[in-house]
Amino acid sequence: MTDKTNSVEITLKNITKTFSDGTLALKPTDLTIKAEEILVLLGPSGCGKTTTLRLIAGLEFADSNGGSINFGDKNVTELPIEKRKVGMVFQSYALFPNMNVSENIVYGLKVRGIDTAVIDHKLAEMLKMFDLEKYAKRGVHQLSGGQRQRVALARAIITEPDVLLLDEPLSALDALLKARLRGDIRTLLKSLGITAVYVTHDQEEAMAMGDRIAVLDHGEIAQIGSAKEIYLQPKNAFVADFIGQMNRFEGNVIDAQLVLNTGKKIPLSSEALASSNANETLSMMLRPEDIRLTKVTDEQHALTGIVSSSVFLGDRTRVTLEKVQKEGKVIVDCFQRIEYPSGQIVALSFESKHLIPLQG
Amino acid sequence: MKNTRISLFLVLPAIIISFAFFLLPIVQLFKVSVVEGNGISYWNILTQPMYLKSLLSTVGLSTFVTFVSLVIATITGLFLTRYEFWGKQVLIAMLSFPLAFPGVVIGFFVIMLAGRQGLFAQIGLALVGERWMFAYSMAGLFLGYLYFSIPRVVLTVMGAAEKLDQNLIEAGRSLGASRWQIFCDVTVPTLRPGLISSGSICFATSMGAFGTAFTLATNINVLPMTIYTEFTLNANFAMAAALSLILGLVTWVCLGIAKRQGAASVGMGG
Amino acid sequence: MKKDKYFYMQLLFTLAVCSFLIVPVVMSAVAGVTNNYFVGIKSGFTLRWVEQVWMLYSDTIWLTMKIALATTMINVIVGVPCAYVMASSKSRWVSVFDELLTLPIAIPGMAISLGIISVYGGFSDFRSSWFFILIGHVIFTLPFMVKSVLAVLQSFNFKVLEEGAASLGASFWRRFFDVIIPNCKAGIVAGMLMTLTLSIGEFNLTWMLHTPLTKTLPVGLADSYASMRFEVSSAYTLIFLCLILPLLVLAQMLNNKKVQNN
Ligand SMILES: Nc1ncnc2c1ncn2[C@@H]1O[C@H](COP(=O)(O)OP(=O)(O)O)[C@@H](O)[C@H]1O
Ligand SMILES: [Mg+2]
Repeated sequence: MTDKTNSVEITLKNITKTFSDGTLALKPTDLTIKAEEILVLLGPSGCGKTTTLRLIAGLEFADSNGGSINFGDKNVTELPIEKRKVGMVFQSYALFPNMNVSENIVYGLKVRGIDTAVIDHKLAEMLKMFDLEKYAKRGVHQLSGGQRQRVALARAIITEPDVLLLDEPLSALDALLKARLRGDIRTLLKSLGITAVYVTHDQEEAMAMGDRIAVLDHGEIAQIGSAKEIYLQPKNAFVADFIGQMNRFEGNVIDAQLVLNTGKKIPLSSEALASSNANETLSMMLRPEDIRLTKVTDEQHALTGIVSSSVFLGDRTRVTLEKVQKEGKVIVDCFQRIEYPSGQIVALSFESKHLIPLQG
Repeated sequence: MKNTRISLFLVLPAIIISFAFFLLPIVQLFKVSVVEGNGISYWNILTQPMYLKSLLSTVGLSTFVTFVSLVIATITGLFLTRYEFWGKQVLIAMLSFPLAFPGVVIGFFVIMLAGRQGLFAQIGLALVGERWMFAYSMAGLFLGYLYFSIPRVVLTVMGAAEKLDQNLIEAGRSLGASRWQIFCDVTVPTLRPGLISSGSICFATSMGAFGTAFTLATNINVLPMTIYTEFTLNANFAMAAALSLILGLVTWVCLGIAKRQGAASVGMGG
Repeated sequence: MKKDKYFYMQLLFTLAVCSFLIVPVVMSAVAGVTNNYFVGIKSGFTLRWVEQVWMLYSDTIWLTMKIALATTMINVIVGVPCAYVMASSKSRWVSVFDELLTLPIAIPGMAISLGIISVYGGFSDFRSSWFFILIGHVIFTLPFMVKSVLAVLQSFNFKVLEEGAASLGASFWRRFFDVIIPNCKAGIVAGMLMTLTLSIGEFNLTWMLHTPLTKTLPVGLADSYASMRFEVSSAYTLIFLCLILPLLVLAQMLNNKKVQNN
């Protein structure tokens, strides 16, 4: 089991999905998932993650508009799930209630008519790997959420599929277990060297889990890239807002500065200036942790705000400011242990290279 | 204190009716069946081939009807829950409508199908020049029992099939199971409580079906007809009482099983 | 689900099953208004047979309706309070009584009717009156009424409503009629429809309990099946179907409304 499976590259070309009721769940999409890669599909509920996963699985079929899905060199567009050699882990785990833990795990081998000696051997290996030996003969009703999750995983990989598809596999678990299991799952997938598609709506989980993340928005891929790329260079407001917290500044470019509607000014980097014209209206984004605050006594400084609330979160203090722009608030994460009482005037400072220009 | 008295007052009519017109008669029936010849009737049932044969053929017929109904209802019930199509509601209405027909009328329907002037007779006449008639045989009785069993079982199967978890089927498919393997390993286990409970109800109803037998089974010894003959023609009240108590016991046990399965399937939800 | 060859195979099968159930109904309805069934529909349609049935058997129809209505009335008066007590009391006698009450569903009509005859058959005035059939029908249908009301009572927290009414100073009987009854109306109506349908079609008990002067519709049907021409039997069956069909449609409508409300 520990030897690497023959993992494959998955290619979606011009894949579209319209449900019979007319819902356009996936707009024409191209996507390549490299062999042995873990790709995370991330997005809010209803954006088409499950649909994309089910298209790859062969549980749904794409609109017939010439699009194709390939596993390696093999065109699987028309193949049903039984013929695709994919393993699936469902959100609800979908363990067979009429079978015990062992029977569930070996089911995929049994239906293939594999020799019992081989089955027993592989079962033992799986039980050991997932630390389920004590529960081998238990009914699945008698397991905890985490144990069920492990049985579901074991059942999916025992058949050595080419591709592993996981649809929100951790969403039914509590936060602590979730954090631990996502590390375990990543380690496992990496050691198997299997191509995996992992669906989640939790950005933290996505970043911990994926080699790359595809952010989906209303049935299309808004951005695809590593966690770092997505976090630091979001392509649009949707991605920026969905991943982490983001402040948005809007104003006109005057004298190499962005002048907000309160008349306050933000210095721009030379790259930002190069790609913009004078007097043009521009949006800039800034992460809360990139801003530093200094207490000041008046608003003479170029960029100031007034503290409206501050919440201690343990590792940081989240300060909310108003009056930086006419509408909206600015959120700042402070890592020093400094108190910012409400009504305090503060000056904002940051490195201008942290400003993210926003297209569209 | 006052509450208990009001409660008692409210439930008293039901208690009186139940005791006077059900419990007392059943107890009396039991007395009648044992008083005469110290329960010789029960001994006769076991030793005289006529009664034993009647009992066994009724059990055999009911078992067979139950089995066939379950098969038919599983196919139809799964089909009607799985697919959406135009006219589905009409089919469901057609399948549930015969629930309210009394046995005599169902007997007549069998005559309509398989009697001298029935549908099969006419088809047979047209095809091979010979009337196909079997209304008054075991086959006719079977058809009649099937008629009242199918609606009951179909509705139960549909109820159970609605609880079928689509993800389980998809999980089975992702593991490479064939249609048939999924049917055996996922679908049937989900339906099992429903099948057992509706199967026992179907069996119990078939055992006690008097109306259909009365119309069709003039020459066939099924238990309700035997009881009726003992009572009216042979004036052997003790024997009629003993047989009907045995019949009652069998159907009661069956319905107990059905109830248990119903409760078990509800409990499994958690 | 994709509509593949399995879909059409199953559709065909289901259609066959449906026609097995429906074809004889249609055949008997047609036969009931056909001049001569031997000859077929081409002999023309007539209401002659229906009229003949009416002349021969109209009293069975009236009696059936009388018994069905009386049974329903008794069931409401006896069953509703009984269901209320069973829903609110925690006494273990309740479950014992519940078992006793539902037993008549499990035990074949033959046994019950033989029992009733063995106890009360000697009272010849009672034996020959329609009340003798009535008690059989009540015993057989009462559990359905009680279960129907009980299901509604158990689906909402009626205790809270009652306590609310009590806090406003309503006496027990006010609460019962102003709060309990209106709130389980759906169950009562469903139970009434069920009772009517069952009582109109009841044969197993009635055949044993009836006398030549107290024949109900199903008894008359059995009688006609054994002795009348095909067309008369069919016409009689047609009348029976017309009698219960509205009840079934009503019950179905009520059920649909309930599903929608959920
Ligand atoms: N079987 C279906 N029929 C019609 N619409 C569907 C079906 N499945 C999903 N949808 C719709 O497609 C869109 C995407 O759904 P889904 O892929 O399940 O979203 P996600 O998994 O990202 O929450 C949603 O608007 C959803 O309502
Ligand atoms: Mg989803």
